[in-house]
Amino acid sequence: MTPMIDMTFQLIAFFMVLINFTEADQNARIQLPSSELAKPPDGPMESPIFLHLTKEGTVIVGGDEVPLAAVRANLFLEANVLRARRQSPADATVIIRADKKTPTGDVQQLVQACQEAKFENFALRAKEERGF
Amino acid sequence: MKIRMHRHDDDKIELQMTPMIDIVFQLLIFFVMTFKIVVQEGDFNIKMPLAAQSSAPPIDDTVPPMKLRLTANAAGDLTGIRLNDRGFTNFEELHQHIIGIVGSDQPSFRESAEIEIDSDYQLRYEYVVAAITSVSGYRTPEDDVVKLIERIRFSPPKKAAGS
Repeated sequence: MTPMIDMTFQLIAFFMVLINFTEADQNARIQLPSSELAKPPDGPMESPIFLHLTKEGTVIVGGDEVPLAAVRANLFLEANVLRARRQSPADATVIIRADKKTPTGDVQQLVQACQEAKFENFALRAKEERGF
Repeated sequence: MKIRMHRHDDDKIELQMTPMIDIVFQLLIFFVMTFKIVVQEGDFNIKMPLAAQSSAPPIDDTVPPMKLRLTANAAGDLTGIRLNDRGFTNFEELHQHIIGIVGSDQPSFRESAEIEIDSDYQLRYEYVVAAITSVSGYRTPEDDVVKLIERIRFSPPKKAAGS
């Protein structure tokens, strides 16, 4: 009995260590493009704002799915939240997780909408691709 | 004698294994079910304030302005790559050309080089990421990243086809 319990606890410990609950910043619907240069960031970013852009042209921001044309209201809201916390939107990083089949024009429109809300720093997220 | 008998009974406590194993297996099943292999994700950082869009002059005049034009067909597939006036057939060719321009050992030149990506509206985003990858650097066999052009910006979006 004892070796079996030893092994079972080992397995539990293994899965407990590997589990990650950080699903809030990921979305299974989005298939990211891959790039060999996409290295994970060294440290946590300052005030990250995640925008998921689907290939249907909708944006998932903070759990709401809104059409691309209506995303400005959400972005202005995010900018105002930052100002209320005495931060500038220019310091925040907008992380754009766009699907690889999204038309580029949609990404450009999203970037433009962010710029109108005074965001300046963008991070285009891609999957890490190892070329060997 | 009586006391001794009592002690002997106490020593025979049996540990209840079955409920513990039940719970342990429940836990194990929970962790196995929620286990998901997550692919590492990385970012391309782009600093692009609104004011910079209105044809801001380059900081250093010695750096030629670079404009990467990506054309697409109606289905969103890539049909052409042009850097200024030169056409390329694939991103590898573009990558070698960029190394030829920027890959010299002048860090200041590398820092001030800027590229503007001008793409057709319907082009699929994966090609843009491939273009950014080929102009912004490469990975050495030792797994270090060598940077080429760090300043990337987008042109304003073109009108969507048919709208």
